[in-house]
Amino acid sequence: MSDELLRLDGVSMQYGRGETAVTALSGIDLTVSRGELVAVMGASGSGKSTLLTVAGGLTPPTSGEVIVEGHWLSQLSARQLATLRRRSLGFVFQDFNLIPSLTAIENVALPLELDGWKTRKAHRPALDALDVVELADRADRYPSDLSGGQQQRVAIARAVVGGRSLILADEPTGALDSTTGEIVLKMLRGRVDAGAGGILVTHDARHAAWADRIVFLRDGRIVDQAQAASVTSLFDAVQR
Amino acid sequence: MSVRQSLLAILDQGPCYGYQLRTEFDRRTGSTWPINVGQIYNTLDRLERDGLVRKAEIDAEGQNYYQITDAGHGEVESWLGSPVVRSTATRDELAIKLAIAVTLPGVDIAHVIQVQRTSTLTTLQELTRTKNATDNPESSEELAWLLVVDSMIFAAEAEVRWLDHSETRLARAVAAGVAGPIPLSTEVPKRGRPAKALSAPSATGAAHE
Repeated sequence: MSDELLRLDGVSMQYGRGETAVTALSGIDLTVSRGELVAVMGASGSGKSTLLTVAGGLTPPTSGEVIVEGHWLSQLSARQLATLRRRSLGFVFQDFNLIPSLTAIENVALPLELDGWKTRKAHRPALDALDVVELADRADRYPSDLSGGQQQRVAIARAVVGGRSLILADEPTGALDSTTGEIVLKMLRGRVDAGAGGILVTHDARHAAWADRIVFLRDGRIVDQAQAASVTSLFDAVQR
Repeated sequence: MSVRQSLLAILDQGPCYGYQLRTEFDRRTGSTWPINVGQIYNTLDRLERDGLVRKAEIDAEGQNYYQITDAGHGEVESWLGSPVVRSTATRDELAIKLAIAVTLPGVDIAHVIQVQRTSTLTTLQELTRTKNATDNPESSEELAWLLVVDSMIFAAEAEVRWLDHSETRLARAVAAGVAGPIPLSTEVPKRGRPAKALSAPSATGAAHE
């Protein structure tokens, strides 16, 4: 299996036509590999969220190609695309997007059930995913009985359940306090270190710093990237 | 400067000799503020001159111990009980660099900002990784170390936010037509004290006349 989970090849996105056309993305080349978390930063309107919706196959780009786990999205039918999204991609949103009438485990199991799994069978990997985010003991709680941080951890469990390997997170800590946000990022980082890959859209530098690479967007273009060298000790880091 | 007060606070725990003080300072601050033994002895000389410490015994190995005085103990209490006051006159190299760069012709200030932001974020990534490797402190030394690293993380974050803010401010100033280079003045500068720091610039943009 290739280590490359996602490739954006010359992706451009334009809304509208003629004089009123707005270019949201322009010639984006980006790859995300297994074990890699890529943060996307940029001012409001720089194209961050558009990049995520295009990468997740929610909107086709105006030009260029999106390749997820070797599948060229432009060559998939709507049904195939929906299947790929269910099996390969997990989304995490700022406002959690859990279904309030379902328990935590039912929320996490939902993508599997939509994919044809029987409820009982789906609950096993769902419970495993909740265990990873340390919420197995709250599997039967409803979202309203969980704190914001716990709801976001359920959302992360849902994003990775059943071996889905590409996590697309749009400001996942935006609605959380600083400490809870760090816990959620640690969970996200842990899933990536365990073999997933991810894109983290954020405007918060301290949160972007959890990523392996930080990509800057301006006016729909990648203008720069930051990538830390490996650091062996705190002493190395603080002595620089 | 806090090295003086830090050494004094360590001496408040009991008599120490110079090299021992350096070791104690390092283990409490994660070696984030390197000081040499010469600096330690200079500081001890000044503390002795000011009556805050006095020379105590010399041990069998010839180590000269210093002991805190009552006045020194009072100084430690006063230090711990008072805030560290931030100066309103900046000596921040980056702030000065941007301030100068924005007044020069032919400088792509957005590029200057981006280069800095990338560098600061790289540092922030390094700090975050190393902090995560030691996130659950198992001793007072590790806890003290993490406090210093947290401070560096928040300072780096603040710098990135300031750079973002500067970029936005610059874009607005360019749009409003007020972001132009400042040519060398043909007026002979008047001698005397410069205008007070942080005074508002005049309408012509020259703060110090």
